[in-house]
Amino acid sequence: MIGFEWDWAFTWEVLPMILSAAKVTLLATLLGSIFAIFMGLVFALLRRSKNRPLRIGVYWIVEFIRSTPLLVQIFFLYYVMPEFGISLSPLATGVFALGLHYGAYLSEVFRSGIDGIEKGQWEAARALNLSLIDTYKDIVLPQAIRPMIPATGNYIIAMFKETPQLSAITLLEMLQIAKIIGSENFRYLEPFTLVGILYLVFSIVAAYGIHQVEKRFPKEGFSLK
Amino acid sequence: MELGEIVSVLLQGAMVTIKIVAMALPLAALMAFSFGLIRLYAPAPFKQIAIVYIEFFRGTSALIQLYWIYFVLPFFGISIDAMTAAVVALGLNIGSYGTEVVRGAIQAVPKGQYEASIALNFTPSQRLWRIMMPQALVNMIPPFGNLTIELVKATSLVSLITIGDLTFRAKSLADTTLQVGEIFGVVLLFYFVIAQCLVFFIRRLEKHLGKGLGRGGIDS
Repeated sequence: MIGFEWDWAFTWEVLPMILSAAKVTLLATLLGSIFAIFMGLVFALLRRSKNRPLRIGVYWIVEFIRSTPLLVQIFFLYYVMPEFGISLSPLATGVFALGLHYGAYLSEVFRSGIDGIEKGQWEAARALNLSLIDTYKDIVLPQAIRPMIPATGNYIIAMFKETPQLSAITLLEMLQIAKIIGSENFRYLEPFTLVGILYLVFSIVAAYGIHQVEKRFPKEGFSLK
Repeated sequence: MELGEIVSVLLQGAMVTIKIVAMALPLAALMAFSFGLIRLYAPAPFKQIAIVYIEFFRGTSALIQLYWIYFVLPFFGISIDAMTAAVVALGLNIGSYGTEVVRGAIQAVPKGQYEASIALNFTPSQRLWRIMMPQALVNMIPPFGNLTIELVKATSLVSLITIGDLTFRAKSLADTTLQVGEIFGVVLLFYFVIAQCLVFFIRRLEKHLGKGLGRGGIDS
């Protein structure tokens, strides 16, 4: 076996570079989550539409997005959108791809959350003559959000772990930086291990944070106002 | 380039993708069952090892694991080719999620079944393999089906360590012909078809294995 020791001096040298790239990773995850939650709600509400072709169309779009690889979707958006005159930066493309991909997953979470609201709540809202928007805003969503939090949190952590795939379209996030450092110094051990550990730490912290958020939400619903 | 030519090049890539799935799946199943059972039944030190494996592979991303195995292991004198790295990384990654499926499915078998097997004086191994496992297997099919689809999707990552899978061929074909729309469209369709075939197969299997368990009422 070739002796290959862990080099602490090198570790301290590359750590700041990787940490500064962590900001890009976190930014992509944050923006991607916001977009995914928005898309998830749109998909979920469209799937409850009274229009049958629309409902079935959205079902197959969600199914298609869920069963094809994120990496290919990233490539597709990055290379095909310019043909339609839309040229986005790697970060914007990445956020778009992550949002669309996880929006498809989240739509199932939101749909089951909304379906879990008792029928009597809908009937009461109708009896009180609330509009559809008010019914969702004041009655359904406040009660549906708490049960949705754990699954939503899991998907956001999953999204965070998939951001390294954005390195394939040259986004300078943690893994891409680690790869560049590795190829310049012919040492991959420290940069790749650091990135792995950072992902592990962030995931554990995020899981704890989501658990705290869940605890803060009252079980009986709350006001969105 | 004609659409037919594009499809035939991509089909070769699809064969590589399917080959990787076929090799990584048994490894994932092996890891899932062995570490799932270790986590449930083994004494403390082994349990800790299982937890470290599970949390490590679930907490970091598949691409990082793939890079780590491909780029870092050679420094320890273990040089492996890209294909082996791909199969090992994906097998260990999906396997770590599978451990929780195995654990959950065994724990979901009604407690009365376990108590009855004790009452009938079965040995621990008979209890596990004759009573618990056959019922747990049925519970495992749907989540394992989802994991298999996750595996198919994850194979696209191997294109980044230069394996000529479906995604890799698409990327290089797109770079040379610039017909990006057709190429990536066909590729997405390929993955979709592979996944839908799996979904169909899994539903059949679930129905088949579920027979005779006395669950979910009378067959219609």
